[in-house]
Amino acid sequence: MLSYLIRRLLLMIVTLFGVSIAIFLLLRIVPGNIADILFDSAGLIDPAEKKKIIADLGLDLPLPMQYWQWLNGLLHGDLGFSYVSEKPVIDEILPRIPITARLAGLAMTFAIAAGVPLGVISAVRQNSKLDYALRVLSLSGLSMPAFWLGLLILMACVRWFGTIPIYDRAPETFGAWLAMLAIPAAAVGFRSSALIMRLTRSSMLEVLRQDFVRTAKSKGLSDTAVTYDHALRNALLPVITTIGVETAFLLGGLIVTETVFNIPGVARFLVEAIRWRDYPMVQNLVMFIAVVVVTVNLIVDLLYMLVDPRIRYSE
Amino acid sequence: MSTSALPAASGPVTHSFMNNVWYNARRYPLGVAGAIIMIVFVFAALFASTVAPLDPFSTNAKASLAPPGATHFMGADMMGRDVLSRLIHGARVSLAVALGATFIGSGFGAAIGLACGYIGGWFDLLVQRVTEVMQALPLLVMALVITASLGPSLQNTIIAIAIPLIPTVSRVIRSNVLSLREMPYVEAAKATGMSEWRVAIVHVLPNTLAPLIVLATAQLGSTILTEASLSFLGLGVPEPYPSWGRMLSESAAEYVRTAPWLVIYPGLAISLVVFGSNLLGDALRDALDPRQRD
Amino acid sequence: MAPVLEVSGLSTVFHTRRGLVRAVQDVSFSVNAGETLAIVGESGCGKTITALSLMQLIPRPPGEIVSGSVKVDGTDLLKLSEPEMRKMRGGKIAMIFQEPMTALNPLMTVGKQITEMVMLHDKLPKSAARTRAVEMLHHVRIPEPERRAKEYPHQMSGGMRQRAMIAMALACKPKVLVADEPTTALDVTIQAQILDLIGDLQREFGTAVVLITHDLGVVAETANRVVVMYAGRKVEEASVTDLFANPLHPYPRGLLGSIPRVGSARGLDVSPDERLREISGMVPALNDLPPGCAFAPRCSQADARCHAQVPPFEMKQNDHFAACWQA
Repeated sequence: MLSYLIRRLLLMIVTLFGVSIAIFLLLRIVPGNIADILFDSAGLIDPAEKKKIIADLGLDLPLPMQYWQWLNGLLHGDLGFSYVSEKPVIDEILPRIPITARLAGLAMTFAIAAGVPLGVISAVRQNSKLDYALRVLSLSGLSMPAFWLGLLILMACVRWFGTIPIYDRAPETFGAWLAMLAIPAAAVGFRSSALIMRLTRSSMLEVLRQDFVRTAKSKGLSDTAVTYDHALRNALLPVITTIGVETAFLLGGLIVTETVFNIPGVARFLVEAIRWRDYPMVQNLVMFIAVVVVTVNLIVDLLYMLVDPRIRYSE
Repeated sequence: MSTSALPAASGPVTHSFMNNVWYNARRYPLGVAGAIIMIVFVFAALFASTVAPLDPFSTNAKASLAPPGATHFMGADMMGRDVLSRLIHGARVSLAVALGATFIGSGFGAAIGLACGYIGGWFDLLVQRVTEVMQALPLLVMALVITASLGPSLQNTIIAIAIPLIPTVSRVIRSNVLSLREMPYVEAAKATGMSEWRVAIVHVLPNTLAPLIVLATAQLGSTILTEASLSFLGLGVPEPYPSWGRMLSESAAEYVRTAPWLVIYPGLAISLVVFGSNLLGDALRDALDPRQRD
Repeated sequence: MAPVLEVSGLSTVFHTRRGLVRAVQDVSFSVNAGETLAIVGESGCGKTITALSLMQLIPRPPGEIVSGSVKVDGTDLLKLSEPEMRKMRGGKIAMIFQEPMTALNPLMTVGKQITEMVMLHDKLPKSAARTRAVEMLHHVRIPEPERRAKEYPHQMSGGMRQRAMIAMALACKPKVLVADEPTTALDVTIQAQILDLIGDLQREFGTAVVLITHDLGVVAETANRVVVMYAGRKVEEASVTDLFANPLHPYPRGLLGSIPRVGSARGLDVSPDERLREISGMVPALNDLPPGCAFAPRCSQADARCHAQVPPFEMKQNDHFAACWQA
């Protein structure tokens, strides 16, 4: 188990290394020099100033050197400076993380709390009217763009309450925080819950066909005991393995949701950085997202080992 | 005792094509609904200029933010352009992106998956590492970065959406090929002295087609959604051509109060088409590839 | 002595897309306490569906038990409500399955899986139920039962898991044990041990056993009475000695000819060097049965009547029944 863990960690480092190379190269195959763009957008004309910008940004160095500077900085916690605000990147990113983390946590809680039970009900009542209704609901959840759902919710708020719950100041109390984030969390969590519901349903149907469920019934257990004590625990295993995928899915949804609800989190910040062509920022934000996804995947694997005795006791 | 819930078979099963279509249509009514939505969508896209009641580009200051009415069935936007006509023309962008990205993504994905399953060794290992790298990033993030790098245009949007699809497809095809290679009839074909490539083309490729079709159909919806998100964020298909996502661009939040039709209809168009493609995808999966069934 | 299990006129059908599948038709038999009745036949002959019908574990829909009665100690199971039936399952009538590899819940310790059932039926507190579970594991000769009870199914071998299944099935001292191919998935050496174990426990607890199998060797070694099924119907029923000595229906005659060695352990009269004979032809589809005897298309002695009319199931010799126009 320890050797598995070590191998897993090494693979994770290799993956992140690959991400860093990919993102670095991707941002440098852009036609046109970043300095030109910055130069033009700043409305400068003096060639000397342009030279200075290029030198300041290290753009005159060969690519491997530029990469090494970035990577070396990353490893020492120095993420460089934003082109736009000229503040250290880390000071820009760090305060935004808790906002996105809370929103994501809330959305994931909502997605699991709604998705798992509804998926179970749908599977247990397979082919009933309720099952059909739930399947159409989950499919429509997957079909609606998260930002549109957000806009619809805003529209409903205007109609019924006369106001729009836009994030205009940092909430102070837990209640205010919950009230502010609940609606965007629901908007983005609905899609995730639809995904989880479909997964739970299919996994549950698979498990309900298995022999040990028949054994459990042959013991005289009630339907409830068979469904929850025996089937559900087994059905959740594949759902757990996809939490990593679901996290990536959720992060994608957060980008547009934070934009719609004007929430100053990291996800929206990525879009802003891309729009401003603030490459140090983009580079580091993408790295951050990759670290989150890869770490979640690692945690999921460890969790799986705890839940499934077949893996826990192997080796 | 419960009575029968399933209909008894009616008459002998004949194998003509139309019968088959009819049988499957009755078996998957939701799939038929999806197919109808998709047909309407493709029709609107192909004949946009004929079908659209007005010119989607012509601006009209007097009609600015006109609510739905006789002239503008679904209202008009800030610049007085007809929303319905723009939606119909926007179907072209969605269709081009959906077909283009799915085709490119599935094509490259299938080719890479086949190669991995066949060549194996260092090539397979390398591709798997690259796949892991790509899957460490959410689809939208990767598409965003790629468009940021390539610059906004229809072509680049298609490429940006197609690339993240490749690993998903190649992984499925790879595992499919690996399991197919173990099949007795493939072993038998090799034992009779058929060359590896012939076995690959005659036996393995046709058997990966069904999962590939299922997978590609399932991607249609997600490509449309990704394009909508990119355009919504202002990094997708550029002006002036109407794209559903851009019609909903950030300023839409302002119209929530004043011009809800500008928010409702484009979103409805996206959701409906994606819903249709998902319904179709689910039915195809159930009919063609029971292994992926849920 | 009144039989513990009395099945009469049991018919089970499946409503499918391809029409009504008559999986079990008019099957009757009875078993006394401490006795073993074997139901034999090829796969698809309806023997497993018969077993599941006894337990009422037929998936509904598409399955449906259309007629008959299944009496355990005089109580007709088919007339019970689902909650009442649940008390019988595991309590009065228990079942062991073919695949010990998949029949146990992989995420629950073996001990817990037995304990759970004892708590349910015998209303024992958890600690007492646990003690009983360990006792039962000891009973089925699992070494170190205390430790094994804390293990998960995947940590046990196939034979060990089947022992655990038996311990579970017998934990509440049921009147009737339905064993569906209990040894098919096991190695030959383990098979004999498991059969011996079932026999010993049966004698000790006085359980009536219904043994579903396709293996005539197993029948010869363990059963008192045999029911032969073909295409959902009983075709012959006799004591094991009578059936092996003098099969009346051509189907069991063919079956007995198709195994190389039978029941030499019990001194039954089968010549050891008899050539392996196969029955030619295919089992008819259960949704498309011929109008007459279902075996007629494969039978060398079939005549016009065999093809036209279903033969009645009747006593042909003393306590030896068969459904055949020619016998």
